[in-house]
Formats: sequence, structure tokens, C-alpha cells
Amino acid sequence: MKLGDSLRGIVRKIAKSSKIDKYFVEEMVRDIQRALLQADVNVRHVMQLSKNLKERALSEDLHPRLNPREHVIKVLYDEIVDIIGKGVEIPLSKQKIMLVGLQGSGKTTTVAKLAKYFKNKNLKTAVICADTFRPGAYDQLSQLVGEHGIGFYGEKREKDAIKIVKNGLKALKDYEVIIADTAGRHALEEDLIKEMIDLEKVFQPDYKFLVLDAAIGQLASKQAKAFHDAIGISGIIITKFDGTAKGGGSLSASKETSIPIAFIGTGERIDDLEKFDPERFVSRLLGMGDLKSLLEKAEEVFAEEDLDPKALLKGKFTLKDMYKQMEAMNKMGPINKIFDMLPFGFNFDVKDDMFETTQEKMAKFKVIMDSMTDEELENPKIINTSRIHRIARGSGTSPQEVKELLKYHRTMKNVMKSLKSGKIPFKKLAKKFGM
Amino acid sequence: MFDFLKKRFNKLKKELDEEVEISTSQKVKSLILEQEIILDERKVSKILGELELILLEGDVALEVVDKISEELKANLVGKKKKIGVRLSNLVEHELIKVLKKLFYSSSFDFYKYIEEREKPVVILFVGVNGTGKTTTIAKVAKKLMDRDHSVVIAAGDTFRAGAIEQIEEHATNLGVKLIKHKAGSDPSAVIYDAIQHARAKKIDIVLADSAGRMHTKKNLLDQLEKIKRINSPDLIVFVDESTAGNDCVERARMFNETVGIDGSILTKLDADPKGGSAISVAYITGKPIIFFGIGQEYDDLIEFDADWLIDRILGKNSD
Repeated sequence: MKLGDSLRGIVRKIAKSSKIDKYFVEEMVRDIQRALLQADVNVRHVMQLSKNLKERALSEDLHPRLNPREHVIKVLYDEIVDIIGKGVEIPLSKQKIMLVGLQGSGKTTTVAKLAKYFKNKNLKTAVICADTFRPGAYDQLSQLVGEHGIGFYGEKREKDAIKIVKNGLKALKDYEVIIADTAGRHALEEDLIKEMIDLEKVFQPDYKFLVLDAAIGQLASKQAKAFHDAIGISGIIITKFDGTAKGGGSLSASKETSIPIAFIGTGERIDDLEKFDPERFVSRLLGMGDLKSLLEKAEEVFAEEDLDPKALLKGKFTLKDMYKQMEAMNKMGPINKIFDMLPFGFNFDVKDDMFETTQEKMAKFKVIMDSMTDEELENPKIINTSRIHRIARGSGTSPQEVKELLKYHRTMKNVMKSLKSGKIPFKKLAKKFGM
Repeated sequence: MFDFLKKRFNKLKKELDEEVEISTSQKVKSLILEQEIILDERKVSKILGELELILLEGDVALEVVDKISEELKANLVGKKKKIGVRLSNLVEHELIKVLKKLFYSSSFDFYKYIEEREKPVVILFVGVNGTGKTTTIAKVAKKLMDRDHSVVIAAGDTFRAGAIEQIEEHATNLGVKLIKHKAGSDPSAVIYDAIQHARAKKIDIVLADSAGRMHTKKNLLDQLEKIKRINSPDLIVFVDESTAGNDCVERARMFNETVGIDGSILTKLDADPKGGSAISVAYITGKPIIFFGIGQEYDDLIEFDADWLIDRILGKNSD
């Protein structure tokens, strides 16, 4: 998340500054302006935010519990929360959902992700392919949901989307959650807009989500408004947030139209869909961490593994634990996403490609550990040179790589210790903000 | 299509002109009209600041706006201007010069290239998911067939669910031969087979699709690198959407610096974006824009015309 990178840099600068004065604030505002403009945030919103920041950073009365630096960070936090629109809670109950959006915004993938989301919450879920326009849409959706125990309805050669939806509703009447995929369209395509209105009447969805690509630019607000005027949108889903795109266009569209943001798509796996919470989102962007999300996610994953986070925090951390932890991390998603949720300070600067190498290395580490005995896994201290050579031979790696693994284990063990002792900078600050 | 930019630019022009008129008393106007003043940095910066906002609102990426602004500043500061000449005209003139230089230094005659190149001409399409690569390939196939070229398509996106079926349907609609393997297979081999097919059947052009995303960026680039090594495409065309904002710069740069591209196609111009992405992509890659995609039909692909684009952005067209 590049926007996060630049904003985190700014927060770091504030935290390190010796004096918060007019010059400092002006320079900071310039930096923030650039970061937001580069993220495609609506130009007018950026200008307004700059003005507010300047005024509030210098003139507003300090909060009694905050020092001037913390005050500026708090103001920045508030202002950014203010320009990105609200979140919305989607109930876990029987409902019909319709997804609409521009061509290529990622609707079909999102339909599958959303279905999996409800399926994970133990709701009987099915999808309808009502995109009769784009070739391959039927195959794509049926392939995506096929292996996940999600119901599917579609008619491959039928060109009438209304008819498909009618038939689909009959065929899927036993399902609790039904999600309809529709053809991509934009505001100026009158026939397609009319088709969408007709579909809405027939399907009668409880929720209508507009899918917006994180890469969309200043056009986002205009398009969102047109969709909203046509059928009344209940929430925005921002897709492709894991790429280089920074999502500012879609975030601004939400603010501009007052349509809340429901979910964000954060990766290409079917589980890579997150509920949107503006406060958490911004604290993650600013590098203040999102321990709440991290813990929730960890709980879900750790529940499946027999891994006790509390025992880990107590400092007992064997190679076996690390092995389990790696497996759990794999399930939680790419390491960089987990890092994004960790608070500032703990979050060292790591480049994306470094994460990719890390991921490859993890796979290798697991192979190495497979060549260790139980005793070695429980008590890594006993691994001497001759054991290292044996393990290297057994796993088809080199002694250097085995040593690297042992070093990594020691580092992780120290990290666990520091987590326990609460040596996380900004934890105090996070508390002050009530996060 | 570029109404927005057009309006904003005209408004700015008017504002600037009024400023000049108000500050110039009518009485002395005639006396000093022929006098020259030197544009200093302060004056120029003020105008450029406004112009930057207009370009940003038009989806020109920040990085490119900075560069254009710097170039304009270098051209304008220290320049002599007759008082009677409107400052806005001068700025507009310079902006047109900069944009023309940008687009003309890389202009490219696609059809002529196809005519003259040894057959089969192999064109590889690259770009991220959802920008319209597959649809664009179908449109380019149609354009080439309209000019009596024979075409074969290679289903090189073996990664995304439904991608092969999608391009297959386009191929069927257009009556074009499609070479495909199973999902998940090696795209280099698919394209290789398509080229062999073209050689054997004396087909003029091979249009090769590619995956827009893989598990990691490294995987994707490795795959494209391999396609390039094995099949040595004549042209690598980068496809992106004109609806994108700053991100198109990142993508264009990534594909240009790693795989190397020969030109770009910008899609979805019919969704009425403000059009700045064309400027961003051309600026960052230094490679020509070949086509614009303007709709969902096979004929909705127009040749890029620099003058047309510049005129539209600056509101010179009457439509």
C-alpha cells in the first residue's frame, strides 16, 4: 500500500520533529497533499483537507492528554478519516445481493469472494450469473465458486438476464443468501443502465453493491453518482487494493455520494475480502497498526490450528510452534498484509519483493524442518554442526540455509518476547485514541 | 469526452485574462501595449499552480504533472512578453508545444508497420487484469481482418478463471482460429503453437493474450519474460484503461521497464474519463499510444490522433 508508505513516513517525521511550528506544518501539509493526490483522492477534497489541517494543527486547543506532536497526528488522523467515507454493517441473515459496476472492475471475482464470506459464516449461499454480455463470464463464475460448496445458477446461451434471474430465484429458493453478478456497464450506456434498473425490479435485492477498482481516478464520483441515481446503491466494494493502486478515487466517491464502503478486496484468493472500517483503515494507513483486525484474523486461523497465542507470548516458542505459525500465517495471507496491521515502529521498511522472497524462504524452511527430529524441533539448542549437516542433506538444502533457519527462529523468539513485554511504540498513543 | 478539462481550462483562461485587463488601465493600455515585460518566476508559478490542479483533476498523474509543469516553467520564466499579448495564450501555446512534442516524438503507423513487416507478425498484449486486454485483442483482430489480413489468436491467459472461454467466444464470433491449451498450462507453448500454425497456414498476424496477474508479480514477469524469450514477439502492446488515475503510471512503468513495450492502447474512453491517462502513459513510457477503445462492440477502437486529443483537452473543438 503505497499511500500507507508515504503517510507512515509523514507520521514518522512528525513523531521525530523537534518543534511543531508554522514551517513544519506547511511542509507537512505539502507532503500530505502530494501523497493524497498521488492516491487519486478527489482534488477538491485534498485542498479542503489541506486547509483544515493547517488551521487545526496550529490553532486548535491541545487535548490535555496529548503533546503537540500527538496532537498533530490526531488531527491528521481525524481529517483523513473524514475524507474517506463511512463503513456499513451487513447483517448475517437471509438476503439477496446484487453487484454492479464498470467493466473490468472485478465484479465476478468479488461475487465469488462475497459468497465465500457468507458461506464461512454458515449461511447457505448461492450465486447467479446474470452477466450475459461478457463472453466467458459464466465459465469464470462457475469455476470460481465450483470447489467451495457454493450454489450456482446460470444459463450459458441465454442472452436475457432478466429471464435468468427469474429462473435463478426459483431454482435457488432454498438458499439463504443469493448474490447476482451483472454485466459491466458505465453511466453513459443507456440500454445497459435500463437493463440494470429492470434487473433490480425483478431481483429485488436487499443490498446493491457498486464494485469500484482501486485504480479508478477522478471519474469515480461521477460514475458512483450515476449508479446511485439509477438504482440506489447500498454500499461500495473496492477491489484490487493489493496492487499498486491506492484507492483514493473510490474512497472519495464514497465520501462524495455518502454511499458507505462495505468491503475491500485485498488479494486474489477467494478469502481476500475484508469488512471496511474507516477508523481501522486509517490507523493502518498511518502506521498506527490495526491490532483489532489482526487479532480477529488470528483468532479465526488459530482456532483451526492447535496453537496457543498465549503460550507463545509467554516466550515458549519452539521450532514446532514456528512451523505451525508459518502454516497459520499462510492461511492468514501474504506476510506483507499482516505487517500492515502491525503498529508503527514494529513495522520496519520492507519492500514488496522482499516479502515475495520471504514467502519462498518460508516454504524452504518448512522443508528443512521436515528433516528434523521431534527432539530437535522441541529443543533447537541441541542442533550442532553434525546435526546441521545431516538436516541439510536430508532436506536437499545447504548447511547455510539450515543455519539461516535457526537464526530466523531466534529472531522470531525475540519478537515474541518483545510483544509480551509490550515494547511496541505507539501503543500508548493508540490507547489515547481509544483504539 | 473531455468536456470537463475543456471547461476548466477555458475558465482559467478567462480568469487570467480578466486579471490582466483589470490591472491595465484603459488609458495607458494603448501606450504600453507594445512594451515588453519579462516573466518572472513568481508570475509563472502562480499560473502553473492553477494549471497543475486542472491537469490533476483531469487524471494526469501527479508525477507527470510535475514534469510538465517544470518544463513549462523552464520555457516561460525569463521569456519576454508584449503586454498586449495575453498571458493565458502564452501558457496555452507552451502547453500545446510540450504535449505535441510528447506525442509526436513517438508517433507510429501501426498499419504500415504490419504491411511492411515480415509475416507472421507476432503481437503480444500485456497489462493488468480488468483493463480489457482480451476485448481489445478481438477488436484489433477485427481491424486487421477489415484490411484483408489473416489472423490467429493465442489464448495466452491460462491463469484467470474463464479467460480461455472468453477469448474463445470472441474468436468464434469473429470467425478467427484460436490456439488454446488447458487452463494453467504454459502460455509460451500456446503462443509458440499459434506461431507454428501461422507459419504453416500462411497467416499474417498472431495476436497473443497474456495473464494480467499471477500469484506474485515476480511470477507474472517471469512468465512474460519466458514468452518473450521463446517467441520473440515483433510488438509488445501495453493495454490499460483510461479510467485509471495515478496507478496507470506505475503499471506502465513496470511493464515498460521489465518486459519492454512498443506502444499502448487505452481502453474505456467511452466511460467519459477526463483523458489525462493518455498523457501519463505516453510521458512515462515514451512510447506511442496506438488506439483508444471506445465501446463494447468490435468496431469500437479508434486510431490515436494526437491533435484530436490535444484539441479536445484544450477545448479547441466545437463539439
